[in-house]
Amino acid sequence: MKRYLIIRLFQSLLAMLAISMIAFVLSHLSGSPVDAMLPDDAGPEEAERLIRLWGLDRPYHEQYLVFLGNALQGNLGDSIKWSGQTAMGLVLDRLPATLQLGGFAIIVSTIIALPIGVLAAVYKDSPFDSFGKLIALLGQAMPNFWLGIVLIWVFAVTLNWFPTSGRGGLANMILPAIAMGWFQVAALMRLTRSAMLEVLDSEYVKLARIKGVPEWRVVWVHAFRNAAIVPLTYFGLIAGSIFTGSVVIETVFAWPGTGLLAIDAIRGRDFPVVQAVVLTFAGVFILANLIVDTLYAYLDPRIRYR
Amino acid sequence: MGAGATPAIEVRDLETQIDTKLGLIKAVDGVAFTVDPGETLGIVGESGSGKSITALSLLRLVPRPAARIVGGEVILDGEDLLRKSEAEMRKIRGRHISMILQDPQTSLNPVFSIGAQVVEAIAMHAKGSRDSLLKRAIEALRHVRVADPARRVDDFPHQMSGGMKQRVVGAIALGSSPRVLIADEPTTALDVTIQAQYLRLLKDIQAETGLAIIFITHDFGVVARMCDKVAVMYAGRVVEYGPVREIFVNPAHPYTRALLKSVPTIEEDVERLYSIRGQPPAFWDMPRGCRFEPRCDVALPHCKQDYPPEFTDPGSGKTRHCASCWALEETEWTRNRS
Repeated sequence: MKRYLIIRLFQSLLAMLAISMIAFVLSHLSGSPVDAMLPDDAGPEEAERLIRLWGLDRPYHEQYLVFLGNALQGNLGDSIKWSGQTAMGLVLDRLPATLQLGGFAIIVSTIIALPIGVLAAVYKDSPFDSFGKLIALLGQAMPNFWLGIVLIWVFAVTLNWFPTSGRGGLANMILPAIAMGWFQVAALMRLTRSAMLEVLDSEYVKLARIKGVPEWRVVWVHAFRNAAIVPLTYFGLIAGSIFTGSVVIETVFAWPGTGLLAIDAIRGRDFPVVQAVVLTFAGVFILANLIVDTLYAYLDPRIRYR
Repeated sequence: MGAGATPAIEVRDLETQIDTKLGLIKAVDGVAFTVDPGETLGIVGESGSGKSITALSLLRLVPRPAARIVGGEVILDGEDLLRKSEAEMRKIRGRHISMILQDPQTSLNPVFSIGAQVVEAIAMHAKGSRDSLLKRAIEALRHVRVADPARRVDDFPHQMSGGMKQRVVGAIALGSSPRVLIADEPTTALDVTIQAQYLRLLKDIQAETGLAIIFITHDFGVVARMCDKVAVMYAGRVVEYGPVREIFVNPAHPYTRALLKSVPTIEEDVERLYSIRGQPPAFWDMPRGCRFEPRCDVALPHCKQDYPPEFTDPGSGKTRHCASCWALEETEWTRNRS
């Protein structure tokens, strides 16, 4: 178990390192920052001075190491658009809002999707199963930005049940969470259903019934504990798409999170902030997968004892 | 067992249907047998002959919703299991009638420890503290000769060999001391030496506890070693039934004879092993008459018309030797009233 987790942790660090390299390379692909920074009437000596000051004349690997060293200390430079603020500071200010909405969406999707998936498998081909299929089909067919707009139109503008936008209490979170989570509910539900169908057909489920185990225990203990590994795997991916999704959903609902910040930063060519957002998203994504891997080991002894 | 002993289990005219894409089929069609305490009945037949569905029907665990038991009786303790409610049935499974499945690699739950799985089997039918249940589980594992059971209860299935796993399955099946055990090809997936050990283990436990065993197999070697009597199944029906000695020495049904002929022997050196020509009939396209007729070497014109009645060997003892074949009409065997 320990060995497994240490290996996973090491792999996570490696992934993070690779992402930092990509972020660094991308920042150079977009041209020299000096050209963008200097006023139009600046002379070559002025440019020369800035280049020397920022170390842009040094070899790339040295530049990368300096970048990495700073990044490790949480220093990704100052924002260009919002003067006087550091890039990392801006991201960290906005991160709680994104985590709040994303976390809410993930928890609600899971609470809805898993039981429906399990029951759809247990009552396969029943009206309940068809109902589940319909929910899943809708969730996977509707793009989330469109769903967001429709939700605002129907429930906020027409019915006036929820606020149209902005951050606030539970009422503010419900519409964006539905827009973000419906696709996830659909995917999680379908995965849970098919995993359960396979497990319910297994010999050990048969043996549990032979023992005289009541059906609820067969389904929720014997079968679900095994089937849960499949939706759990998907869970790591969800954590990622909740954040990438947040870029769109936060824009639609004017939710002041990192997604909205990313859009603003990209529009303003605020490269340090974009970099900080990308690295933070990557960090959260990798952390989520690390948690998933740990849960894996808890669920399945075959992984624990490897 | 002496005459007059009440059978541990009695099955009469069992019929189980399966709803397939190609229509409703009768996978088990009028199967009947009795097993006394301490006795072993072998159910023999090819794959798809209805052996396993018969076994699952006794436990009322046929795959739902496709399969349905539509007729017959399964008498245990003077009561018909087919009339029990699902809740009553649950108290009977594992406690009075239990089963060992074919493949030990897949019949244990991979995410629970051995101890937890045996404890659960016991806890379903007994009350007690965690400690006392664990003690009983360790005892059950010792009973099926798992070495050092007190330590092994914390192991997970993937840490055990196939033979060891099948012993654990045995401990689970026998944990609540049932009187009837169904063993569905329990040794097919094991190595030959492990097979022999496992069969001996079952025999020893049977001698100790008077367990009635229903042994499903297609291996006549295992039948000879394990069984007191045999039911030969073909296309959902029992075609021959009798004491194991009679079946081997004096097989009456052409299908039984053909099966025995296709068993390899050490004594004889043959170029090519005998094989029964053709395929078993498809369940959705069952012949009107004898189901074995298309593959039978001695078929009479009559065999195509009607399913043969059952004939009994007048010389047979307490366990009657019967077979369903028109060819027996010309012999001294007597036709049973049906």
